[in-house]
Amino acid sequence: MIRVSIEVNDKTVTAEVEPRLTLLDFIRDVAGLKGTHAGCEHGVCGACTVLVEGNAIRSCLVLAVQADEQEVISIEGVGGDLGRSGELSIVQDAFCEAHGLQCGYCTPGMVLAAEALLADTPNPTEGDVREAISGNICRCTGYVQIVEAVMLAADRLANRNYKSKPGQNSDQTRG
Amino acid sequence: MAAKKYKFISQPRHPTENRRFVAGRGNFVADIDRPDMLHVAPLSSHYPAAIINNIDISEAMMMDGVIDVITGAEIGAAIQPLMNGLDTPKVQRFPLAVNRVRYAGEWVCAVVAETRAIAEDALEKIIIDATPQPFVLDAEEALLPSSPPVHPKHGSNILLDRKFVWGTVGEDFVNAEHNLSFSVIWGRNSTVPIETFGVVAEWNGWDNILDVWASVQMPKYSDQIARCLNLPGNAVRVHYDVDVGGSYGVKRGIKHATLIGYIARKLGRPIRFIEDRLENMRAGDAHGPERKFNVEVAFDSDGSVRSMKMRALDNAGAYAGRAPFQLGKPISAIVGPYQINSVSYHAISVTSNKTVQEAVRGFGQAPTNYAIETAMDRVASFLKMDRLALRQRNLIRSDQFPYLIPSGSTYDSGDYHAVIEKVLTAAEYPTLLANRNHLRDEGMMAGIGIAACLEPSGGNSSFEPLLNESNKTSTWMESCQINIDGLGHLTARIHTTSSGQGHETLVSTVLGEVLEIDPSSIRITRPNSLESLPGNSPVGSRMAIMLGGAAARSAEKLKAKLIKIAAHSLGIDAEKLTYAGGNVLAPDGRKHTWQDAVELAHRQFHNLPEGMDPGLAAFDIMQVPTGNALPVDGKVHMYPCYSFEFHLVLLAFDPVIGRPEIHSYTVGHDCGTVINPAIVSGMTYGGIAHGIGAALLEEFAYDPNGQLMTQSFLDYLMPSSHEVPPIQIVKHCTPSPHTVFGQKGSGESGYLGSPAAISSAINDAVSALDIRFEKLPIRMSAISDAIANKSA
Repeated sequence: MIRVSIEVNDKTVTAEVEPRLTLLDFIRDVAGLKGTHAGCEHGVCGACTVLVEGNAIRSCLVLAVQADEQEVISIEGVGGDLGRSGELSIVQDAFCEAHGLQCGYCTPGMVLAAEALLADTPNPTEGDVREAISGNICRCTGYVQIVEAVMLAADRLANRNYKSKPGQNSDQTRG
Repeated sequence: MAAKKYKFISQPRHPTENRRFVAGRGNFVADIDRPDMLHVAPLSSHYPAAIINNIDISEAMMMDGVIDVITGAEIGAAIQPLMNGLDTPKVQRFPLAVNRVRYAGEWVCAVVAETRAIAEDALEKIIIDATPQPFVLDAEEALLPSSPPVHPKHGSNILLDRKFVWGTVGEDFVNAEHNLSFSVIWGRNSTVPIETFGVVAEWNGWDNILDVWASVQMPKYSDQIARCLNLPGNAVRVHYDVDVGGSYGVKRGIKHATLIGYIARKLGRPIRFIEDRLENMRAGDAHGPERKFNVEVAFDSDGSVRSMKMRALDNAGAYAGRAPFQLGKPISAIVGPYQINSVSYHAISVTSNKTVQEAVRGFGQAPTNYAIETAMDRVASFLKMDRLALRQRNLIRSDQFPYLIPSGSTYDSGDYHAVIEKVLTAAEYPTLLANRNHLRDEGMMAGIGIAACLEPSGGNSSFEPLLNESNKTSTWMESCQINIDGLGHLTARIHTTSSGQGHETLVSTVLGEVLEIDPSSIRITRPNSLESLPGNSPVGSRMAIMLGGAAARSAEKLKAKLIKIAAHSLGIDAEKLTYAGGNVLAPDGRKHTWQDAVELAHRQFHNLPEGMDPGLAAFDIMQVPTGNALPVDGKVHMYPCYSFEFHLVLLAFDPVIGRPEIHSYTVGHDCGTVINPAIVSGMTYGGIAHGIGAALLEEFAYDPNGQLMTQSFLDYLMPSSHEVPPIQIVKHCTPSPHTVFGQKGSGESGYLGSPAAISSAINDAVSALDIRFEKLPIRMSAISDAIANKSA
């Protein structure tokens, strides 16, 4: 067993874990956050996408011990879920509005892939959006309304007062 | 019948379920933690066929954290076999192989342990002594008397072999000027949801009840579990508040639930089993149809198709289940949208040593549509006639509805020609043709694909008594229950799980429409199976029709009660009152409000009309419209509603690389009155994406040794955001006369025609080379190889 300490959604979670434990299972079973979903567990479908140090990664391909001392944002760290239940981020709200989902299983990964894209590329083309979500398989939507949702979110982010990366202080990207 | 104007129906309303899903707050089965829960991992057979001599579990049982190992012999002696759809009592299926394994991957035994990881570790310690047996993979071979029977006691591999002749087939073939024949093959694929199947079960021995949480979309699930486990029906409680992470037909999970239910009852602890991807792909028993068609069509020089003979041979895999019925649903639309006078249909389902087949989106209709549309393209090619003009000549005209087809179903309504005209305009068809020719001039292989097809909807199951004479089922109901509480707020109960179809939005929209109240104010709950009225789950594109219908009828009953209370209170005949916005208005200007009715119904029994019960509740159990007869002489009316779709595609590929890229995709869709436009469009987009996968990428391919080669997402390829193009949906509305708002089904839309359209486009692209692709999926390797062979 190895002791790891991972900052999940601004909260430090410390535990003794088996070396073989994936970050996905750490988030779900140790941190108790069930919004990150297992799809293939071999790095293809993207359902388990989370942000590690701001980058969208597949948590099924990373061991918990590799994420030691790192900052992880899961879907519960997006929007106002922590403490302000019912408040959505602009990206989440755009997914609702454009109906960029159906069964909701790939959705947390999609939202985080979109959050990561928009944090770096505020005015994406449709091609940028398709590229950013190309590692996330959705079997319900054919991606059409997902692309619409991300474009809608980009438009709204570009036209608001200030912007921030999820999990970061807004003063870094104020403008 | 003109489309009616509604306040909430057909209006843009955000699906209410979306908020919890974007926040990662769905309630999926893997999210359910029960105290003291144990975990299960199954051991799979490596052989496609073998007799099990011995299973040595001793070493596994000694491992720390291992609680039990369940074998097929144990469970086969303890429970009843799983339900068969057909009358094939010797084709018995249990959750674990009993004495004999019948496909590579089949579960032989199951380890129960404190964690899933320990259970997986223990699998490596189990030693199976088995004797390999001869096996058969190909359906035509399985038909031969010399082939090894997958179930020796059954005597052969034939599960179903039925010949139907509807109308004057022989005469029509004699009288027609031409005929042609061809074969096409629909490859074995499935819907492959991103969430695998999972189930949690817990036995409470003090109350004698088995609680089940499952990622399921299955009619009569609790009944089936109870029957297998020898329990009373009211001793199984399936929880319907579990969100299902995609299903599209396949999440049936009956072998999983009986296995886990059995273990939970045996050990007295909660048990969880969530398939990993490998288990899902090779042994989830969720493969789709694998079907070979031999088709003959008789037609005249003017393009009129007069008759068709179809032989459909389906490879059901190792056990029967419900899968062979997927040859039955297409009987309800066997002529597609065309006026074909007569049809003969030979439906054959065989067992093989492959993974078991399950219901997939469209229940066999998409393969059949592919065969029918291929016939249309072949006839056009034979006559050197335009493919579009040929279809337009044969399509049923709007003035011919209701239209009785030779096999006994009556199509409700439609205007196929109008939908096609709209699509041609929206897609700028002349420009599309010019673009195809321009791409060809540039050295690309470019083709236009066309497909017209129907989506039978409403989820009647008359194919059961048609294909199994001992089955007398004509009932296929759905229900809804509503209640206005003491504060005046409305709650509705629905009695099924959902897998992304937006049933909560459907029901609140319908209730809001009928009762003229804000749908957002309505709460929807999903009780468990014991607290539910009967239903049949969202199969067969039925929920808009059936759940929407039951909700509307419940609301009408409640509205009638509100009016009766008002009539009594105001001292006026009910017929003179009008209902508006939840209030009841008298001709003299007096108003009896919603809250007045709530006050009387909940608190002033003395002021209610004599004989009226207190409270404001109603329910409805609705039978499927038009579903009132068993088959006669091999004919039966099946589905109440028939939606229409018309696909028009331009794609192109480099002749050396052979990777099709879709340049333009337009689909015309008429599913009658749409309840929620975003939900219907979403299902159509998703269906098309799935169809693109079936046409180009997705296949459960086996090697000659019976091993599944595509058992991960690295091998079983699914369309990503790069493979699915922008899609233009052209809407048309021909209301159904059989439903409360004129709605038809749409849950299987897109998928029913897109594989045919893609195949048509690729074949158009290579037509100049005299190449024909006759099997789906058409992989890029097949395209480039075929072109290279022609050039060589």
